[in-house]
Amino acid sequence: MHSFWLRANAVLTFSVIILAFTCAMASVSDCFNSPSPSAQIQITNINWFQKQRNGNEEVSLAMNITADLQSLFTWNTKQVFVFVAAEYKTPKNAVNQVSLWDAIIPAKEQSKFRVQTVNKYRFIDQGSNLRGKDLNLTLHWHVMPKAGMMFADKLVIPGYRLPKEYR
Amino acid sequence: MGWMGDTVDSIKSIQIRQLLSQGVSLGMIVTSALIIWKALMCFTGSESPVVVVLSGSMEPGFKRGDILFLHMSNDPIRTGEIVVFNVDGREIPIVHRVIKVHERQETGDVEVLTKGDNNYGDDRLLYAQGQLWLQRHHIMGRAVGFLPYVGWVTIIMTEKPIIKYILIGALGLLVITSKD
Repeated sequence: MHSFWLRANAVLTFSVIILAFTCAMASVSDCFNSPSPSAQIQITNINWFQKQRNGNEEVSLAMNITADLQSLFTWNTKQVFVFVAAEYKTPKNAVNQVSLWDAIIPAKEQSKFRVQTVNKYRFIDQGSNLRGKDLNLTLHWHVMPKAGMMFADKLVIPGYRLPKEYR
Repeated sequence: MGWMGDTVDSIKSIQIRQLLSQGVSLGMIVTSALIIWKALMCFTGSESPVVVVLSGSMEPGFKRGDILFLHMSNDPIRTGEIVVFNVDGREIPIVHRVIKVHERQETGDVEVLTKGDNNYGDDRLLYAQGQLWLQRHHIMGRAVGFLPYVGWVTIIMTEKPIIKYILIGALGLLVITSKD
């Protein structure tokens, strides 16, 4: 019961158990956080709206995104990944979700922001269904912890409409 | 010749029963590890319930050496989810985020585009030749939880297999020579 290896084994097992327990507790502490983020998105301009040669339509738009995500951060948060997606229905596809812009927020201080940007990823439809289309712009956030369970949620902002004509 | 005789004697003195019981305990340990692994596969619905992050394409969220816990359900795949997928022809699964989803009206089939957070462009370069979208059958699971640094053990053992052999050799030696 007193050899070096047995003692080393006992210490190692104990420390691994304690470490695992601490990580689990850190993750559980995230459940007590009830976040209340807010956001607003405005489409300031449709830069262009064309049909490509292969029949798919593409839109380029400029947006103003204002958000306050401070309530999402806890001591166990490593970063928050935030992105804006356009969601719409077409006759062929029941669900279309296209991510337009994303950012990584590493700390609480940078989580209240205002951004003016053009869509980072190309907004291309499968087909040509976008003229006059109603869409929802959804702000999604994905909270990535220092250890444990990740959770994600979103804020749906309906009421946007694409122009009826190409430009 | 003296030490030869001594060695033969010491080998003979290892009782057969003790050796067999040690062999059985080792077998039990290996089998219970396998049982736990298969049970995890069943519980999470995914072929590999735990994966190690191998590249830096999802930094700073996931660094090389972190492990991810996966879960697969029949819920539809939506943007923002971090999925693990296999590309035909590549053996190593890739862990990236879904950025585009198109789901068909009648069949419910879905076409998905992914991108690593730290990559400039989307994953079309990683897909098979001519493949533009991922389908549901490519996706092995969604990442639901993560632990930092624990995966380094696996990375070291895979990239320097000599360490794996040394470890297993040492373990085997320990089991055989210990009297307990």
